[in-house]
Amino acid sequence: MSLRPDLQLVAGLVPVGSRVLDLGCGDGELLAELIAARSCSGWGVELSDEGFYGCLARGVPVVQEDVDSGLEGVERDEVDVVVLSETIQALHRPELALREMARVAKLGVVSLPNFGYWRLRLELLSRGRMPASAELPHPWFETPNIHLCTLGDFEDLAAECGLSVKQRIPLNANHRPAGGLAGLRPNLLAPGAIYVVERS
Amino acid sequence: MIEPGEAIGLVETQRAELFTAERPLLLGSGRQLAPVEVAFETYGELNEDRSNAVFICHALTADAHAAGHHGDPERRGWWDNLIGPGRPVDTDRCFVVVPNLLGGCQGTTGPSSIDPATGQPYGLRFPALSVRDLVTVHRRLLEHLGIERPMAVVGGSLGGMQALQWALDYPEEIGGAALICASSRLTAQNIAFSAVAREAIMRDPDFNGGDFYGRERGPELGLALARMTAHITYLSEEAMRQKFGRRRQDPDAPPVEPGVAESDFDVDFQVESYLRHQGLSFLDRFDANTYLYFSRMMDRFDPFSEPEAFQRMKQLVTRFLVVSFDSDWRFDTGHSRVIQRALARAGAQVSFREIESPWGHDSFLLEIPEYHRTVQTFLNRLLEEQ
Repeated sequence: MSLRPDLQLVAGLVPVGSRVLDLGCGDGELLAELIAARSCSGWGVELSDEGFYGCLARGVPVVQEDVDSGLEGVERDEVDVVVLSETIQALHRPELALREMARVAKLGVVSLPNFGYWRLRLELLSRGRMPASAELPHPWFETPNIHLCTLGDFEDLAAECGLSVKQRIPLNANHRPAGGLAGLRPNLLAPGAIYVVERS
Repeated sequence: MIEPGEAIGLVETQRAELFTAERPLLLGSGRQLAPVEVAFETYGELNEDRSNAVFICHALTADAHAAGHHGDPERRGWWDNLIGPGRPVDTDRCFVVVPNLLGGCQGTTGPSSIDPATGQPYGLRFPALSVRDLVTVHRRLLEHLGIERPMAVVGGSLGGMQALQWALDYPEEIGGAALICASSRLTAQNIAFSAVAREAIMRDPDFNGGDFYGRERGPELGLALARMTAHITYLSEEAMRQKFGRRRQDPDAPPVEPGVAESDFDVDFQVESYLRHQGLSFLDRFDANTYLYFSRMMDRFDPFSEPEAFQRMKQLVTRFLVVSFDSDWRFDTGHSRVIQRALARAGAQVSFREIESPWGHDSFLLEIPEYHRTVQTFLNRLLEEQ
C-alpha cells in the first residue's frame, strides 16, 4: 500500500508511539499507516459515511462527527498530536479548531493548500474569477473549501491561537517537498505546505 | 424482508448445567448459587481454531432465541434480521452463541427456578445480581463450548452493558465489542422509570412478596403496567406519531352514552390498544420477579466508577464499536458518548456513530441499513484479522 506522498510526509512528522487525533481523517489511510508503521494509537474524526466505513474496514478507530463541534469532550493534553491534513480549509470554524488543537495536544501537524500561490494570484488578477487548480478544483459555489487562506494567513492565525511554527515544509504540485525558490518564498511559490506547530 | 433460503431455519434451544453444588457460581455479592442451568442457542459453525465466536448478549426482556425459528417460519427470533447467512452477524462465517441471562425466565436459572434448599421457587430469595455476574456465566458457557476468546461480543441496551462489563473485567479477552444504544450509568430519569415499573409489580395485590408461582393469580396487572410504561420509553414521540397518530381504535364507534363513565375511559385511541396488547402479551413469556431483578441490576450498573477501572482499561485490546440512535431517549446519544469518551481517554480503540432513525430505543432491533452496515463492517474487519 503506498501512501500519498504528502500523507507520507505527515506520517513522518508524527513521533513514533504517539496518541494521535486525526481531524477529518477520511477513510483512515494516514492513521492506519501511523498505527502499523509508527506504533501510534488514536482515532479519527470524520463526518462522511464513506470515510467512516473506510476507517471501520481498516480497523482504524473513528468517531463520526463534525470537526467543528467535535473536540468538546476531549481533555487537555489527552493526545500527543493532532493532525489536520487537508482539512482546515473545509472547516466552518478554523480558529476554534486551532485553539482546540492547542488545548488537547502539545503538537500539531497541519497540511493545507496555499491560496497565495502565484498561479492562483495570477489567475485572479488576470481573469477576475475565483481560480481553480489541482489542489482546489471545485467552482466557488460548491466547493467544500470554504475557508481558503494563504500560508501567511495560516501562520498569523496559528500564532493568535497559541501555536508556534516548529517546522514548515513547502510542497510542490506533486505533494513533495518543494526545493529551490519555493523553499525561500513559499507563500508565493508553493501550492501547499505542511506545518508542525507546537503549543507556545 | 426475509427471503426463503436467506435466513436461518429451524433451531433448537439447548441447555447446559454450568454450575453445580460442587462447583457453584460465586456471585459478586459473595453469595453462591447452584445449580445454574443456562438455556442457549447457537448458529453457524465453530471454525477449527475456535476463533470465530460471536457472543450475543440480550436485553432486559429477550431470550436465547435470537434467530431462526422453532417450527413456525413466520415466528422468528428477536434479532433474526441481524443474524443469519450474509447478514451483519454472518452465520456463514461466524459461530454465534446466545444465552438467556442468569436470573431470566426463559430456561436459565432465575427467581422462578426451584431453590434446592427449600424445594420451592426462589422468588425474592434469589440472590441480587450484577451485570458482572451475568458475564461470569457467559464466560463459563464459552468454556463449556470449548471457546477461549470470543471474536466479538454484541449487545443492545442491557446487552451492550454486559459486553462493556466483560471487556472491562477481562481487557485482553474479547476481540471486538459492539455496544448498541447501551449505557454505562443510568440517569435519574431512567431509574425513575424503573421505579414505576417495580412499584407497579410490587403493589399488585397478587404479588404476594414474590411468592406467586403456582397460585391462581400472579402480579399480572403490575407486570403488564410495567411493560406498558417501559414500552413508552422504547419508542420516540415521532415513532408513536407515525405508528398511531391520534387514530381511534374504532372510528365509527357511537358517542359514549352520557353517564356511563367507565366505558369512556376504556381503550379509545390506537396507541392505548397497542400498549395494552404489549402489556398483555408480555405476561405469557415473562416473570415479574425477573423484571425486578434485571431492572435493579441496570440501575446499579456503573463500571467506570470503580477505582481500578481506568487502570484496567489501559490494558484493553478490545476494539469497540459504540452506536446510538438519534431519536432514542431511553439511552440517548449522551449515554453512548460517555462510554466512547471514557474508553478513548484510557487509550482504548473505540469507534462511535450516531445513526439517524425515528424509531427510538427500539431501533436496535430493526433493520436500519446504515446501522446494519456499520455492524457488518466492524465484524468483517475482525473476521479478516482472524
